[in-house]
Amino acid sequence: MSTNSGHHYGYYPGCSITKNAAAYGVSTDAIARILGLHLHEISDWNCCGASEYFSINQLPAYALVARNLALAAGEGATEVVAPCSLCYVNLYKTDKNMRLHPDLKAKVNRALDAGNLHYEPDTLKVRHLLDIVVNDVGYDGVAAKVTKPLYNLRVAPYYGCLIVRPDTGFDNVEYPTTMDKLMETLGATVVDYPLKAECCGGHMTQISDTVALELIRRLLHNAAEYQADVIVTVCPMCQLNLDAYQADVNKRFGTNYHIPILYFTQVMGLAFGMTPKDVAIGKELVSADRALTKITAEPPEKPKTRKRDKKALPMPDMIE
Amino acid sequence: MKTSNGGNSFLDQVIKATPGGEKLVLCLQCGTCGGSCPSGPDMDYSPRMIFAMTSAGMKDQVLSSNTPWFCVSCYYCTVRCPQEIPITDIMYTLKQLAIQEGRYEQRKASDFSEHFIGYVENYGRSFELGLATRYFLFHNPLKLVNMGMGMGMSMILRGRMGFIPERIKNMDQLQNILDKAKQIAKEGAA
Amino acid sequence: MPEEKVGVYICHCGHNIAGAVDVEAVAEWAKGLPNVTVSRDYKFMCSSLGQELIEEDIKEQGLTRVVVASCSPHMHERTFRTACERAGLNPYLFEMANIREHASWVHPDNVQAATDKAKALVSGAVHRVVYNKPLDAMEVPVEPTTLVVGGGIAGIQAALEIADAGYPVVLVEREPSIGGHMAQLDKTFPTLDCSACILTPKMFDVAMHPNITLLTYSEVEKVEGYVGNFEVTIRKKARKINEADCTGCGTCWEKCPKKVVDEVYESGLGYRTAIYRPFPQAVPKYPVIDVETCTYYQTGKCRVCEKFCPTGAINFDQEDELITYKIGNVILATGYDQFDPRRIPEYGYGRLANVFTSLEFERMVNASGPTDGQMVLRDGVTVPKSVAIVHCVGSRDRRYNQYCSAVCCMYSLKFAHLVKERVGGEVYNFYMDIRTSAKGYEEFYHRLLEEGVHFVRGRVSKITGAARQPGEEGKLIVQCEDTLIGKQRRIPVDMVVLSAGMEPRHDAAEVGHLFGISCSVDGFFIERHPKLDPVATMTDGIYIAGVCQGPKDIPASVAQGAGAAARVLSVIGKGSVRLEPVRATIDEANCSGCRICNTMCPYSAIDYIEDLKVSRVNPALCKGCGTCVAACPSQVITGAHFTYEQITAQIDGVLFDVLHQPVAEPV
Repeated sequence: MSTNSGHHYGYYPGCSITKNAAAYGVSTDAIARILGLHLHEISDWNCCGASEYFSINQLPAYALVARNLALAAGEGATEVVAPCSLCYVNLYKTDKNMRLHPDLKAKVNRALDAGNLHYEPDTLKVRHLLDIVVNDVGYDGVAAKVTKPLYNLRVAPYYGCLIVRPDTGFDNVEYPTTMDKLMETLGATVVDYPLKAECCGGHMTQISDTVALELIRRLLHNAAEYQADVIVTVCPMCQLNLDAYQADVNKRFGTNYHIPILYFTQVMGLAFGMTPKDVAIGKELVSADRALTKITAEPPEKPKTRKRDKKALPMPDMIE
Repeated sequence: MKTSNGGNSFLDQVIKATPGGEKLVLCLQCGTCGGSCPSGPDMDYSPRMIFAMTSAGMKDQVLSSNTPWFCVSCYYCTVRCPQEIPITDIMYTLKQLAIQEGRYEQRKASDFSEHFIGYVENYGRSFELGLATRYFLFHNPLKLVNMGMGMGMSMILRGRMGFIPERIKNMDQLQNILDKAKQIAKEGAA
Repeated sequence: MPEEKVGVYICHCGHNIAGAVDVEAVAEWAKGLPNVTVSRDYKFMCSSLGQELIEEDIKEQGLTRVVVASCSPHMHERTFRTACERAGLNPYLFEMANIREHASWVHPDNVQAATDKAKALVSGAVHRVVYNKPLDAMEVPVEPTTLVVGGGIAGIQAALEIADAGYPVVLVEREPSIGGHMAQLDKTFPTLDCSACILTPKMFDVAMHPNITLLTYSEVEKVEGYVGNFEVTIRKKARKINEADCTGCGTCWEKCPKKVVDEVYESGLGYRTAIYRPFPQAVPKYPVIDVETCTYYQTGKCRVCEKFCPTGAINFDQEDELITYKIGNVILATGYDQFDPRRIPEYGYGRLANVFTSLEFERMVNASGPTDGQMVLRDGVTVPKSVAIVHCVGSRDRRYNQYCSAVCCMYSLKFAHLVKERVGGEVYNFYMDIRTSAKGYEEFYHRLLEEGVHFVRGRVSKITGAARQPGEEGKLIVQCEDTLIGKQRRIPVDMVVLSAGMEPRHDAAEVGHLFGISCSVDGFFIERHPKLDPVATMTDGIYIAGVCQGPKDIPASVAQGAGAAARVLSVIGKGSVRLEPVRATIDEANCSGCRICNTMCPYSAIDYIEDLKVSRVNPALCKGCGTCVAACPSQVITGAHFTYEQITAQIDGVLFDVLHQPVAEPV
C-alpha cells in the first residue's frame, strides 16, 4: 500500500453503494478527499450476504464474507472500512468468530482453499466509516475543514442497530453519542432523541409490512416530536427504510411526516462547503430541499442557563 | 461435569450449530429478550418461550413458528440478556434448521432469503430490482404493480435501482468456495 | 530410607470416595508399600470410631507414622493430628492424602483412573511421612485490644459485644459518623420499625462506652505483625475542628455559604454544606470541613464558620494525625457500595429525571431526608400517581454481578408498601423471582398482595420516555415481557425506582491486601469456610462480618458482627495462640546475603542483618509458604515440614509405577 500522507484503508463499499445508496458512495468519496482518507477498494469484492445468507446456511455465509477479508488482506490492507452497517457487522462477526472458534476457522479456510484463498483472523481490523471519521480524523480534524457550518439545522443522528450492537465496542450499545458530537462539530443543532439506536425494521419490509411500517413510524414519530429537520444515517438499509417507506407510513397511519433522510457524509460535505449536488442530495425520495433552507449563516443564540429551581432535587451526573 | 441435556437432541443440535450457543442452557426465563424485541408482539412465541420449548424438545413447534423469521437482527436481546446468551445468533440457527428440515410453514420469509442468495450465488452481488420483482411475483403480484407505479418507480427515476445485475469477475472462484462450504456443512450435519 | 512403622487408613467418606475409588483395593495394595505395618479402610475415618482405630493401632502396634487418605487437609488435618497427639505421637508425624477432592470427585465416572490416582497419592504420603520430623507448635501471647474496621451495624455490634465483655476496642470509620447504610434508611423490613429508632441507641452506646476508642473520619494505613500481635497505624484525617471545644451547636453549617450535592449520606438526592455533620443523630456530634469543596481552601477567602463559631472550635491549620495501636485481633466490617445503575444504559438512570435508585428513594421517604419524607418527582413538587419498582438491577446479571443481592426483594416490597401507605396510587413490582426466605418475610409478601400491589413477572427490558401510543405521553414507559402471559407490555408510570444491588466496596481488594486476606471472584472477602467458619478468614486473627463478606440484610449482619466478636473473645480469653511450626530457617553460615528472599516474602518476615550481612527469618511472621525456599539461589533456606527430602520422597512415591521404567523415546 502506498505511503502517501493521510490514512489508508481497504475499502469494502457493499452492493448498495453502487445503486440504491449511490448518494452515500458519492458523498463518501467527496469527504474522503477533503479529510485525506485513502479508501482502496478491494478488487472484485462480493456481496456480504446481508442478513439473508446467515439465515439459510451459516458456513457458506461465513465463507462468502471471508472471501472479501482474504482478498483485502492479500492486497496488504491492515484495516478494512465498510460504510454500510450490515456489511460492517458481517465482516466484523466473521473475523471475530473465526478468531474465537478454531473449528469454524478451519472449516472456512477449507472452503476458501477451493478458491486458492486463505484468511488468518485478526489480520484485519474491521471498522465502520463513522468510526474512522470520528476516531482517526477526529472531531478537531473535522472541525478544521468546516467552512459552512450547519447553523440552526436540527439534525437527528440515527445510528440504528449494527454499528453499535452486538459488541463492536465502538460506541455505547444503547445510547451512542459519537455522531451527535460529529454533528455538533459541523455546527448543527443536535436532536437528542431516545430512539436513535432503535431498529429501522431491516428486511421486515419484505416479510411483514405491518411490523416494518410500525417500526419506521415510531422512529419518524419520535424524531418529529423532537422537531428534527433531518435524520442523518450511517447505513443504506436504514436510509432506504425511512426514506422509501415514509410515504407508505403516512398512508397507513394517516400521518404527514416529511423528514428527509440523509447520510452523515452528505451533511459533512455541505458543512465542508460543497453544493448539494456534489454530495448527491436529490436522490432521496423525501426531498431535503426545504430542510436545508433552515441553515443560517449566524449561529443560534445560546439558550440562557436557567437558575436551578429551589425545590428540584439534584440529578445524578452522567458518566462518559 | 458432563452435560447431556437429558437426551434432548434438538437442544444439542441448536447449541452445536451456534457459536457460543452452549450458554442457551443458562436461560433464566426472565423475558428480557421478549421485552426488548421490536417485533416481539407479532411473533407466535416470544424468544423466551422458544428457548423453553427448545429445552422441552418441542422441535416441530419451534421450527414451524414465525419467531426466528420475525427477528429483525437488532441485537437488543443479545446485549441485554443477563445470561449473555447469543440470542440473535440462535435465531439465525433456527432459521437455518427450519429450512433444512422444511418445517417453516409460512414460506414468505425464507423465500425472500433464498431469492436474495440466489443472486449472490450467481452474480456475487445482490440485485435489488430483480429481487423485488422475483420475490413479489411469487407472493404478491399486486404489490409488484404498486411498486412499479409508486415507490419502485421513484427509485428507478432517481437512479437508485439498476436494471441489470452486476457480476463479479472471478465468479468461478466464489462458486468453488461456496460449493466447498456447502459440502463441509453437509458433512458436519451428517 | 529410614525404617518406621507406618499405619495407612483409607476413608470411604460414605459414597463420596468409595463411589469412585475401590477403597478396599487401595488399602490392600498399600500393605505392600515400604514401611507399612498396618493398612485399613473404614467408612468414616473422621468419626470417633475411626479416630479410635488410629489411636489403638499407635498404642498396640507401636506405629511411628500415620497416613490418612481421605478429604482435604482443610477439612480434617487438625482432627487426625489431634488423634495422633492423644495417642502420644507427635502430630507432625502424620500425613494426609486427599483422595476425595483430588481423585473421586474429579473422576466420578472412571473407577480405574480414580483408584490409580488414589494409590499414587497414598504412595506419595507413605514415602514422605518417614522423613517427617517431630515439631512443636509455638505459643504466643495475645494483645487484648481488638480493631474493628467499619462503623456500620455489623461493626457496631461487634465492637459493643467485645467492649461489654470488658476488653478494649478501637473502632475505625472512614466517614465523619458511624451508622453506615442503616442510618440512611427510613423503615426496616419486615416489621417496618424505624431504622433510626433502633440504630441510634447503639451508636450512642458506642460513643459512651469506656472500652471503645472511636476514630471517625479515619482510615487504617498500615498493618504489621501477626495474630495476637498486630501493629496498626491509623490516619485520623483532619476535621479542621478542635473536638474539645466543639459543642455541635450547628451554627457553622447553618452559616456556611457553600452547598454541594451529598453523594454519601443523601445518596446524591440532597445537599450539604462544605462544613457539615452528615445527619442530626451523627456520632460523634462534631462536624468536618470538606477541604475539597470548602471555599476557603479553594480560594483563600471565606472563613464564615470561624467567624460565627461561638466556641472558637474551627481550626483551619489542623493536620492529619497518625496513631499506632497494638492490636490482637481485627474484625473487618467494611460494608458495601450500591451498584451504580448508570452502567445499565437501557434503564435511563442519569438521563431520565424520574428514575431513582433505591437509596435515593430511601432518603426521599425518610422524614429527615431532603424532601422531609414527601414522596415527589425530581421537580420536588409533583406527587407520583404510579410507581414502578424494578428488581435485580445489577444483580443476577452476568454482565455486572452474577450473584443475588439478597435484600432487594424485601426492600422492594417495603417500598411498595410505603407508596401505598403514603400516596396511594398504582405500584408495579417487576421481578424475576420473589425471594423471601427468612422469618416473617413471606408473610410480608402476602400482606403486599393484599394491599393491591401489582406484581409483573418479567425482567425489565428498558425504560424510556419515548411515547409510542396515546396514554404514554409525559410518562416513563417500563417495557418488559410479562412472562406469565407471554406478551410484551409497556406500562406507563410517573416514577421508577431501581432496586440496585450490593457490590463490594470499590477498594475492597486494596483493603484485603492491607490485612492479608483475599476476595472471591465476585469481589467480597473470602471466609475461611462458607458454612462452618463464615466469619474467620484464612489469615489468623483477621475476621469479617456483614456485607463485606457477601450480600445480607440487617439481622444477618448483626448476627455476623456478634459471631465475629465471639470468635475474637475466645482467643482473648485463652490469652495465647498456637502458631504452626511450619517455618523457614536460613542456614546463615552459607547465606550469601543477596536479599532476594527479603523482597520475595509476601509477609515481610525476612530481615537483613546488616552487621552479619545475612538474612534471617522472623519465625513469628513467617507463614511457611515456601516462596523463599524456592527463590534462594544458594538453596540454604529450609522450610520445616517441607524439606527437600520430604518433597522429593513424596514425588518419588507418587511416581512409583513409572519411576524406574526406562524413559520412552519421543515418537
